[in-house]
Amino acid sequence: MFSAIFSSVEQGIIFAIMALGVYLSFRVLDFPDLTVDGSFVSGAAVAATMILFGYHPAIATAVALIIGFLAGCVTGLLHTKGKINPLLSGILMMIALYSINLRIMGLTSENSIGRPNIPLLNAETLFSKFQAFFAPLGIDNAFNQFFSMLGVRYLPSTWGTVFIMAIIVLLIKFIVDWFLKTEVGLAIRATGDNKKMIRSLSANTDTLVIIGLGFSNALVAFSGALFAQYAKSADIGMGIGMIIIGLASVIIGEAIFGTKTIVRTTFAVIAGAIIYRIVLALALRVDFLDTGDMKLITAVIVISALILPQYFEKRREKARKARRHMERSAERNYSLNKEGTALVEARTDK
Amino acid sequence: MLKLEQINKVFNEATPDEKIALDEINLELSSGDFVTVIGSNGAGKSTMLNMISGALTPDFGRIEIAGNDVTKLPEYVRSRLIGRVFQDPMAGTAPSMTIEENLAMAYSRDKKRMLRRGVDKKRREFFRSSLETLHLNLENRLNAKVGMLSGGERQALSLLMATFTQPSILLLDEHTAALDPSRAELITNLTKELVEKDQLTTLMITHNMQQALDLGNRLIMMDKGQIILEVGAEEKKGLTIDKLMAEFQRIRGEKLTSDKALLVV
Repeated sequence: MFSAIFSSVEQGIIFAIMALGVYLSFRVLDFPDLTVDGSFVSGAAVAATMILFGYHPAIATAVALIIGFLAGCVTGLLHTKGKINPLLSGILMMIALYSINLRIMGLTSENSIGRPNIPLLNAETLFSKFQAFFAPLGIDNAFNQFFSMLGVRYLPSTWGTVFIMAIIVLLIKFIVDWFLKTEVGLAIRATGDNKKMIRSLSANTDTLVIIGLGFSNALVAFSGALFAQYAKSADIGMGIGMIIIGLASVIIGEAIFGTKTIVRTTFAVIAGAIIYRIVLALALRVDFLDTGDMKLITAVIVISALILPQYFEKRREKARKARRHMERSAERNYSLNKEGTALVEARTDK
Repeated sequence: MLKLEQINKVFNEATPDEKIALDEINLELSSGDFVTVIGSNGAGKSTMLNMISGALTPDFGRIEIAGNDVTKLPEYVRSRLIGRVFQDPMAGTAPSMTIEENLAMAYSRDKKRMLRRGVDKKRREFFRSSLETLHLNLENRLNAKVGMLSGGERQALSLLMATFTQPSILLLDEHTAALDPSRAELITNLTKELVEKDQLTTLMITHNMQQALDLGNRLIMMDKGQIILEVGAEEKKGLTIDKLMAEFQRIRGEKLTSDKALLVV
């Protein structure tokens, strides 16, 4: 149980970066961008390929991020300059990236042009690099002692991944929070909110959509690069349904933590990504469910995250109305009573 | 400040729906002019405003703002010179963003947008003092989302956003038409105040004849894509609604009564 939750937290934090990307396109820009399914794999493919070629994993990850940015920009160009419907622009880019990703990974193969997966079993990754620095610190031991005291039996071999991922995600969160409050960030938000208005305030909405989608897919590809290094493999099919996972994270997070401010919403998205992973892990432990049911479970989670808040809101509203009504009638009765007693008293006085 | 030369625009050309929206429009506003535009629906008023703002491009003709030929410039480039308030109170502001964020975006209208904070301490003070001039207590709600404001409040905010960076041209497109009479009056007074304060060159469309007479130093009347009447500063002072109607009848040879529903007296 603990180990299942632990690994879902690890994965959740990595997917949180992707979810922040989806938040930027879906919510901030109001652009349903399906490029994500492709750009996530692009990030993984670029990172894995470069690591295999012997580049430092940090450089490989950075290049993956840039490739994601470019992919997002192309989707933006298709929509703004090519006047193609947003959904279709994303889908077109997604299927185009499928072939491109095969070719990227194919660079590592001598006898074929495309390659569907790259294992990174013994390769150096960001996580193994960090582990070399983290392990001697003795933090693992301290944490594990603490949890074994609490009676947890299966202890994780290392806390390093959670540590570095937490740092990276917080860093990304701060960058996103800061960016959305800059002059350019405000204009991007307004592009999703009221295009006509921000155009009348001298903003080039085309450029803003392109930059926004670029930024969004840069995060997605970054997340893909990290996930490939975490799972020690890049696979052409790893991006399937990624957009739904991202959306699920955004919706769950928003439903639980609200969207009052940007700072709060980005936090909600990160928490949503982790919660989604935990719920999924717990659901898969139910006896009659199989790993093949994952997508079905995802769909059920998203549907409940969409419907349940409406239901609760309605009930709360009803309860509040009933209470207010009771209070008001009580007040009325009270004042009527007072009038009554005053009348009676007046009579008896006579 | 603003010059329109022989502007032509035809919609749905060469189809049965062909409509001549603007027919050889010539208009010149000098700095500080406040021109009110009246005319029935379909007269071409809004089309003319959209030509100036860049939302539409003319088929022929030339547009000049503050000495620059802007005929071919896209909307977002021209907007640096133009402040705009729309008829729909929802159109001029971003509802899911806060009052101060909306003001910050308007503040960047005539500048290049950079990666610097949209709202810093200095700007917040400036926004606060600008909002005080509205007397709507918005200066104490800087962090309220604009979607929570009433139509009148939103329109007042739009007006402030359009004017506080002192644009070369201010375009008002029936900006009081969607409000109830008392709110409309508030916005009308505010318009007068803000325009006079900075001597803004203004073009205002209205369906309300009284408003057209009360505000501004010049008046034009449009019909079927043409400017059929221009009233200068001196003449305008003695103008009444009846005289205006009579004038229309004389020029067009048809009675305006049928338009009474459209031109609120």
